[in-house]
Order: sequence, then structure tokens, then C-alpha cells
Amino acid sequence: MSGVILAFAIGLSQILLIAAMVCCILRMVRGPRAQDRVLAYDAFYVAGMLLVLTFGMRSGTAIYFEAALVIALLGFVSTAALAKFLMRGEVIE
Amino acid sequence: MTPLMTRLLPYPLLTAALLLMWLLLNGFSLGHVVLGAIVALFASHAMTALQPSKPRLRRWDKIPRLVWLVMLDILRSNIAVAGIILRGGRRQGKPGFVAIPLALRDQTALAVLACIITSTPGTAWIEHRSDNGQLLIHVLDIVDEQLWVDQIKLYEALLQEIFE
Amino acid sequence: MSGAAGLPVWVALIVAGFLLLGAGLTFLGALGMLRLKTFYERVHAPTLGTTWGAGAILIASIIHFSVLGSRLALHEILITAFVLVTTPVTLMLLARAALYRDRAEDNQHVPPRLKGDNPARDAH
Repeated sequence: MSGVILAFAIGLSQILLIAAMVCCILRMVRGPRAQDRVLAYDAFYVAGMLLVLTFGMRSGTAIYFEAALVIALLGFVSTAALAKFLMRGEVIE
Repeated sequence: MTPLMTRLLPYPLLTAALLLMWLLLNGFSLGHVVLGAIVALFASHAMTALQPSKPRLRRWDKIPRLVWLVMLDILRSNIAVAGIILRGGRRQGKPGFVAIPLALRDQTALAVLACIITSTPGTAWIEHRSDNGQLLIHVLDIVDEQLWVDQIKLYEALLQEIFE
Repeated sequence: MSGAAGLPVWVALIVAGFLLLGAGLTFLGALGMLRLKTFYERVHAPTLGTTWGAGAILIASIIHFSVLGSRLALHEILITAFVLVTTPVTLMLLARAALYRDRAEDNQHVPPRLKGDNPARDAH
């Protein structure tokens, strides 16, 4: 019984998260300006990280957690670098 | 703390947080406690090279109240913003910028306030002048500007109690 | 589904509730980013996903793995703390970059530079 409930909930939330990622991709393609694309990228990696976590819950292993942590770290650094680039035109001054 | 302790542990909170993070990532065992402590000590000494302004916490007991207030506010504005999005952007008020004069000067407190304001959906920290404390925020749904000013002032008063 | 059937039904219901809440909020945030009109309105949308959206999914994950007993699942607190601290930082950086770019182009929809007591800082 609980297996059925969990499988249903995890499946539905994975669909929702993938839909969120699709929304982000649409915004990334549509723009209109560079800051909109970077903002969409920021939301995109957070949704992707949560999707990886739901995969981890489905399989019941802790390996996915590490992947999620790496995605969160790299995503933050890259968004910060991109925002800096938008402001100054170069990443390292 | 004695001077020797201060030299060995320049940032005790940072060292403790790093050790905790090490243990959470690697699992709890005696070996990891020792290894994590060594890494945390070296990392917190590296932090002294950056010389951040050392925050002084005056009132520890007010922090749970702040956290509780922030969580409630974020929950409430989550619901409000979700409603606006579901209605396709229609709402009573209109989006706009609000200027607020701040009396808060402590850098750590300002950083905490910036994080609180930005992570609340519905308000975003845009610009701040450190010389006269002028703050510009963007609000998604302005019905009455004064309400938002009052809310930020509430946080400001609490942060002043904790940090100054 | 290794071992998930071993969860009590009420725990499964709680986990499912948190999961759906988190995923729903994240989706709403992304949808808002797609539907809102200007950049400064869109800045507000992703915070839905990163505050209670990520929080709820991580709570679900903590309960799930702790009850399953394969490990004392406190790892997720790290991700929660990390996401909570970093998202405001990136959003602030982005908002400032957008404001800077809009002002550089004399966009009429953004407020002028804040006036300070120190005129030298207004020069650049």
C-alpha cells in the first residue's frame, strides 16, 4: 500500500519537476534579455537538483544525494559568475 | 576567551560548522572527527587571511524568534505569490519599487536582512547605499506601500537587537 | 522500489504530501517565470521553488530515508542550508546586474540611482 502511494507521489512530482524544467527552458529560449536567460538557468538547475533527489528516493540509495550536492554547488558558482559577467563584461577583474 | 584560544580558534563558530559539515558528509566515527577537526582548523585559519568583519552577536535568545518569523512570512508570501501566478498575473496592486531608509549599519546584519528580503517571494533586495542607508526593494504586489515599509522595519528592529 | 513497501502507510502519506507540495511549488515558480511580464517581476518567481519548494522535498527525503533506516538521513540539511543561503545571493547579483544594464541604456522603467551623502560615489 505505502509502496503504491510513494510510487504515485514520486512519479507525479517528477512530472511536475520536468514540467518546471521545460518552463525554464522556454524562458531561456525566449529571453528577451540576457538576465532573463540567466534567471531561467538558475531556476533550471534547482529543479534539476530536486529531480535527482526524487530519483534517489525512488531507488532508495544515497548515491544520488552526492550528485545533487555537486549540482547545487556548481549551479551557484556558475550563476554568480554569469551575473558578474553581465555587470562588468568580465568574470575576473 | 583567553588570547591563546583566540589565536588557535579565530572563528569558533566557523570551525564548528565546518566540522559538523564534514561529519554529515562522511558519517560519524572517531577518525573522521579528528580529520574533520584538522581540516576545519586549517580552513578557519585561511579565513583570517580574508579578514572579514567579525560579527558580534548580542542577543542569542532572539534568533529563534527571527527564524520563526521569517519562516512564517516566507510561507505566507509563497501562498500569495502562487495565487498571483495562478491567476495569470492579475492582482489588486501593481509591481513597483519601494525606497526605505534604514538605520541598520552592521554589515552582517545587513547581509542577513538582504537574504531574508530576497528569499521571501514577493520582495527582492535591489540596491543599498552604505553611506546613508537608503535601500531600494522591488515588491511584486503593492497595495499599500506603508505595509511593506513596516514589515522591513520590523525585521530591522529585530536585527538591531541581535547584532548592535 | 527497494524497501519502500516497508514504510508504514501514514509515513508514506506524509512523505507523499511533502513531495507533491515541493514539486508543485517548484513548478508554480517556473510557471510564474514564464508568465510574468517584466524581469523585475520574474525575479520573485524562482524563490517559490527554492524556499518551501526545495525545503518540502528535502523534508520528504529526510523522513523517507530516516524511516527506511538505511542511514540517519541528515545529509539533506546540508543541501537545504546551501540552497537557502545561495539563492538570495544569486538573485541579488542578477537584480543588480539587470538594474545596471537598464540604467546604462537609460531605460525609463527603472528608478534612478539612489542619492547618497557621498557625491564622489555617484560619479562612476
